[in-house]
Amino acid sequence: MKKVLTRMKSKMEINKNNDEYIIIVGCGRLGSHLANLLSKARKSVVVIDKDEKAFNRLSDDFSGFTIEADAIEIETLKKAKIDKADVIAATTNDDNTNIMIAQIAKTIYGVPKVIARLFEPSREKVYEELEVETICPTTLSAIEFKSIILKEEGK
Amino acid sequence: MNIIIVGGGKKIHFLTKSFISKGYNVTIVNDDYEYCKKLDKMHDANIVYGDGTKPYILEDAGIAYCHMIIALTPKDPDNLVICQIAERMYFVKKTFSIVNDPENIEIFKKLGIDTVISTSDIISALIEQRVTIDDINNLVPIEEGKISIMEVEVNSDNPVTGQLLSEVKLPEDSIVGCIIRGSSAVIPRGNTKILEDDKLIILSLPEIQSEVLKVIRGKVD
Repeated sequence: MKKVLTRMKSKMEINKNNDEYIIIVGCGRLGSHLANLLSKARKSVVVIDKDEKAFNRLSDDFSGFTIEADAIEIETLKKAKIDKADVIAATTNDDNTNIMIAQIAKTIYGVPKVIARLFEPSREKVYEELEVETICPTTLSAIEFKSIILKEEGK
Repeated sequence: MNIIIVGGGKKIHFLTKSFISKGYNVTIVNDDYEYCKKLDKMHDANIVYGDGTKPYILEDAGIAYCHMIIALTPKDPDNLVICQIAERMYFVKKTFSIVNDPENIEIFKKLGIDTVISTSDIISALIEQRVTIDDINNLVPIEEGKISIMEVEVNSDNPVTGQLLSEVKLPEDSIVGCIIRGSSAVIPRGNTKILEDDKLIILSLPEIQSEVLKVIRGKVD
């Protein structure tokens, strides 16, 4: 039964793939860049940030919506229609804010895909079990650095 | 009992004092170096300087042997993370968290925090009740004000004096749980008579408190 449901779900996801609804929390360097890319890929995107000035980072042809509010307040997420979101990406510069938003999205609203940015790698472990995908720039950079260094050494 | 408190402010002083006087082991984690020094001078507690939302700082604070953790920082996401790390990574049995935004109470509970307290909510509920209803003692909101207990003293001009409890038409969602008569307490039944100077302990939903009072005192404030 569960298998059938997931299959149905994945089918539905394929069907509506074109009008995937994505919420990005935090319009910093990462959030704005991601928003621009997704907007270019013709996804419907909503960006949330506390600071109105942050939206200046969005490109001129960004076609999504912006909400100026604190995403920690549940009203903001409701306003962004979190219950209808297919993807939510938490990219604020505060790890704990990202974690909280990701959990609200996953546990309370059942958003199918939730991604959070975490600077601090030591907390990653706790959130793996929550099915929240985490991206840790520190770890990624270290891996990249390592591969470049080792490649050079190998030469 | 080993207790870790993360955060600062007035609350931390009172909590630490009262826990230490009860003989508990208290460790305070704070990320302000000067404040940590101050805490160290004031209290007979272990002080750890660092970000309490990082697992290795909590390890320094002895989280592996801790029975209870209290998150008192001014940022709600930080409090959530502190409690979750304690619960998931270190299996701390009891987690307490303060929330600054009352809307977060439900969210924190759904995300697995045992006890969530919103000071602003409790205080505003208390003030509201005191303002609207006079002459009532010991108003206690329970479960963040979902239900409240109040103590009402009846005197000779109240219509309920001399009546059997079953004759008193209390509104729904309210009950007389106990009667304090002189120095003894009576658990009342329908055939218990309400006498002058009895103190009625009434459990009710907060929104019908004034209705309950109207029935008991026969007048509207």
